[in-house]
Amino acid sequence: MSTITTTTPAPGAAAAPVAFRRASKGFWHTVGRRLARDPITMICAVILLLIVLAALFAPWLGLDDPFKQSMARRLKPFGYQGHWLGTDELGRDMLSRLVFGARMSLFTGFVPVALATLIGGSLGVVAGYAGGRVNMIIMRCIDVFYAFPSVLLAVAISGFLGSGQVNGLVSLTLVFVPPIARISESVTTRVRNEDFVEAARATGAPTLSILFTHVLSNVLGPILVYASSLISVSIVIASGLSFLGLGVTPPNAEWGLMLSTLRQAIYVAPLTAILPGAMIFITSMCFSLMSDGLRNAMDVKV
Amino acid sequence: MLRYVLRRILYAIPIALGVSLVCFSLVHLAPGDPLSAVLPETATPEQIAEIKADYGFDKPLPIQYLKWLGRALVGDLGSSIKTGRPVMQEIAPAIGNSILLALAAIVLAFCVGCGLGVLAGYVRSRAADSVVTAVAITGVSIPHYWLGMVLIVIFSVEMNLLPASGMGAPDWQHMILPAITLASIPMGIIARSIRASVIETRKQEFVQTLYAKGLPARKVFRHVAKNVAPTVMAVMGLQFAQMLGGSILVETVFAWPGTGFLMNSAIFTRDLPILQGTILVLAMLFVAMNLAVDILQMMMDPRIKRN
Repeated sequence: MSTITTTTPAPGAAAAPVAFRRASKGFWHTVGRRLARDPITMICAVILLLIVLAALFAPWLGLDDPFKQSMARRLKPFGYQGHWLGTDELGRDMLSRLVFGARMSLFTGFVPVALATLIGGSLGVVAGYAGGRVNMIIMRCIDVFYAFPSVLLAVAISGFLGSGQVNGLVSLTLVFVPPIARISESVTTRVRNEDFVEAARATGAPTLSILFTHVLSNVLGPILVYASSLISVSIVIASGLSFLGLGVTPPNAEWGLMLSTLRQAIYVAPLTAILPGAMIFITSMCFSLMSDGLRNAMDVKV
Repeated sequence: MLRYVLRRILYAIPIALGVSLVCFSLVHLAPGDPLSAVLPETATPEQIAEIKADYGFDKPLPIQYLKWLGRALVGDLGSSIKTGRPVMQEIAPAIGNSILLALAAIVLAFCVGCGLGVLAGYVRSRAADSVVTAVAITGVSIPHYWLGMVLIVIFSVEMNLLPASGMGAPDWQHMILPAITLASIPMGIIARSIRASVIETRKQEFVQTLYAKGLPARKVFRHVAKNVAPTVMAVMGLQFAQMLGGSILVETVFAWPGTGFLMNSAIFTRDLPILQGTILVLAMLFVAMNLAVDILQMMMDPRIKRN
């Protein structure tokens, strides 16, 4: 076991003791090595990489036009006339729509978590480091949003804003800010009281430099691990919003929306109808497992 | 103890006020001016005047909020645009149906989660740990609205065993599939926290002492269970509240006439008073559940009070 845990000062910032040669390779090196040895994380990473690559290069994969409808070939079974995964309720190629759908689904799942990490993380770090009244004001406001069940808050905000991709992103970001802010506040409060922060303050280091070199490098790990665990939740809820008709609007290809429009076909072509949901499940599962692996590799307890 | 309870209640009041403020502001999120948002396009001038006076849209925002809050406190949440009936009358039966479904789901999740959690806590093998972790991760990452569809395909379409949607009169058959679907989320979370709590409790010295003095394992378990109970209760209470507020997707899939179904139709008919009222009531239930869980937990575990 390496001697480095997240509570020790970051590798760059601390004066590395000469005795620990192996550990001085760095925290991220250790994390990388542990991740590489974790088969489940690696498998999930490969699957996700394939999905992401397919989504990125979708227009150049030689797939059918995902918007081309045909009344004659609606809801055809797998393998029908070169349509590997059949066709949907408007005769559009399912494979192509699933691949193009990955773009929107990944985007709407990932962006809210990234934005919320930025906003919630900063709020939490500021609240935790400042303490006192600033902490109280920020955290009480966060508590109010935390007092809503997450799905209800997302539905409430997008329900009033109306459907649309941007509104979906806004509502999901607001859903994820409170939990991230809470985690980063509690981690920052813990780090702030550590001796090395006290020492930095005693040497007269300016507040900003303490924040960036000493505090941030120690709280970033737990915050990122926690945020990564939210990606899978975000993908499920974002697709859920589209499923309710609140997110991405037709005729765009998005997994949640596809699942919703194919719901009517559940008696005619059950296999086709559940396909988009299977994609949501696989993607969200992979993100979950990867986040678990990352948590173990970084030895973080949140 | 009374002091703790009072302090906890006092702490919940500002939260509840904040929640009501958020619910109030939702109407102002809607595109266009709030008046046109709460009015149907076919509104007559009388209706417009009535709504204006009702909501006090001509007054400054803080006054509007206080007026709205005052009426909400006595149960007046306005009336539905679609049916014209008071919002409270529309919400009440839906809340009942949602609670019924959430109760069925939490009982199911409790049975499975507790069984798995206690087993994994006692067996302490890698295999048992993996099973619990797998259930937990699957539960969190599965799109439950999709799970509902898959269950419909298997049990209603293919096997023709259970009804696919709706709610029969007092009929438990309609409840099976939605309850299983809804229970899939908290099942793993419950199992995971029970496992951790059982392991932690069994490590403590008093358990060692009980074993050492020769108490049979069955009786030691009773002591362990007593110590695990507050954690179980807390997790279940919070999960129940989450399900109550988050059942909109499951209710939509199964056409279960609860709050989620009501909100879904309110969103599409732009029946904003119904939407706002339902969100307010659900959020308040959530705050109340949190409060109740905290107080109950404290009553079950006196150690919490001291901190």
